[in-house]
Amino acid sequence: MSTARPRTRPDDVLFRLGTGAFALVLVLTVVGIGAELYRQSHLSIARFGWQFWQTDTWDPVSAEFGARPFIWGTLYSSTLALIISTPIALGIAIFTSEIAPDWMRRPLVFLTELLAAIPSIVYGLWGVFVLVPLVRQFEVHTPAWLKWIPLFSGPPLGVGMLAAALVLSIMVIPFTSSVSREVLKTVPQAQREGAYALGATRWEAIRMALFYARTGVIGAVMLGFGRALGETMAVTMVIGNNPQITTSLFAPQYTMAAVIANEFTEATDDIYLSALVEIGLVLFVLTLIINVLSRLLIWSMNRPTRARVRTGGALGKAA
Amino acid sequence: MIRDTWRRWLSHTIVVLAAASVVLALVPLGFVLFYVVTQGISALNVDFFTHLPAPVGESGGGMVNAMFGSLMVTAIGALFAIPIGVVSGVYAAEYRGSRFASTVRFAADTLNGVPSIVIGVFVYGVAVLPFRHFSALAGGLALGIMMLPLIMRTTEELLLLVPNTLREGALALGATRARAVFTVVVPAALPGIMTGILLALARIAGETAPLLFTSFNNRFWSHDLRQPIATLTVQIFTYAIAPYKDWHRQAWAGALVLVMVVLVCSLVARLATARLERLQRGS
Repeated sequence: MSTARPRTRPDDVLFRLGTGAFALVLVLTVVGIGAELYRQSHLSIARFGWQFWQTDTWDPVSAEFGARPFIWGTLYSSTLALIISTPIALGIAIFTSEIAPDWMRRPLVFLTELLAAIPSIVYGLWGVFVLVPLVRQFEVHTPAWLKWIPLFSGPPLGVGMLAAALVLSIMVIPFTSSVSREVLKTVPQAQREGAYALGATRWEAIRMALFYARTGVIGAVMLGFGRALGETMAVTMVIGNNPQITTSLFAPQYTMAAVIANEFTEATDDIYLSALVEIGLVLFVLTLIINVLSRLLIWSMNRPTRARVRTGGALGKAA
Repeated sequence: MIRDTWRRWLSHTIVVLAAASVVLALVPLGFVLFYVVTQGISALNVDFFTHLPAPVGESGGGMVNAMFGSLMVTAIGALFAIPIGVVSGVYAAEYRGSRFASTVRFAADTLNGVPSIVIGVFVYGVAVLPFRHFSALAGGLALGIMMLPLIMRTTEELLLLVPNTLREGALALGATRARAVFTVVVPAALPGIMTGILLALARIAGETAPLLFTSFNNRFWSHDLRQPIATLTVQIFTYAIAPYKDWHRQAWAGALVLVMVVLVCSLVARLATARLERLQRGS
């Protein structure tokens, strides 16, 4: 007796369960990271509570742990890197997807992706021995009247926020530019042709495409920001590792990732280790939020369900 | 009229600025590569590849143990990440519509964004603390966790590119789903998957942060996977922040070796991808 209905064979069920079990490892790893970090930091969370994030003293000897300077250093350096890298990364994305002739595209894309392939430690090494001396020269030659601005105050050390922000921007550029390029690729050709047909210049057509892809581009920039938050080695080597809160670009500062990298193996007592793990936990949560938001933005771009034909927006203003 | 001139001028300016930003990004790339090559070559010699690190204060010596260690730790990571990554990629591609598949995909993207130092802290908690010492295995586990999402996503993407007719053909001949997938679909995507694995290896081989407190460091030979092991990246870090000129020299040499490995892997992967694309277009 046979039925026309497609059967579910027992070995197909087994296949699904078997491969699913492997896939479950991935999910469990993410959950496990969060749970383990929480488990290990509960000592610090219980002892310091919110105080941990509101005080500035980091003194392992007297077991005083205030993590505010690290949060500041991480956010400040990443924001600076974002400001420097975003225009350049968008320029690259625009050039490689909209402007460059075909024969140039592949090599250029490959070269910009090489920027991402160079290991963080190599950027750090280069930062310590090449970039930091250059930054010091720049700081030495900063005119005295500029030094009155808090941004440029402080002695010319070389190591510090400026060097860290520069290294970070170089490292973030390839991420932002490659994701924005992918996003720009999803803009239908008709959008550009429509713009040209209405007499738009090249820039006006590009602006149309950017406007069309804006959610994805914002997602790309946020993805780069997330990368910058967690970047460890290169920043550790050039930022100067001094926990203080200041807007000065010349001042040595400290980041969350850097303090973990430097002090984790030295943390002898439990509360010290727990405090470092708590910094890791917050870094994890912070990057998680940024990543989830940016993925959602980028995914909303890729969904081709809505037929989007826009005639307003950028072109409306230009015409 | 003036408005049109302005618009045209603006457009040209933007095009020039976009081209300039490409140049602006390639300058640091050239700058970094230039220093790594020039500084590295002058420090590279046979000793570097054959000798252990010299005792503190003495010059000379090499990083042979660190290069071996890097290979070991990366290999352990690959042994762990390749099966899990490929099979979960198979799951996500085969049951792409299911809710669990999107959960897995989401987990992979999330894991990909977790800072490497945080993965180090996690592995310290689960694989170093319970055994009370740093180990090559823990370092490998940390690198494996970093490779996992990369391999899973590439596998999934490449499996989706395999024409559905292949799968249907196998199923029509009475193959079970497992058989259809593992003897027909996966082999069809295999060259691409291997390329993806190569790229993941290249990326992971240069990681330092997750190794700092998992595999730690070791100035001597170590074959014991349960003991701390030296790696090229951690060794470069140790040398770079130390105050000795000779160690700085060796750090550059180490960086050159590392960059060469990463560049060769990326280049091979890139060429292979280009070839695969040409083949696919041809058929």
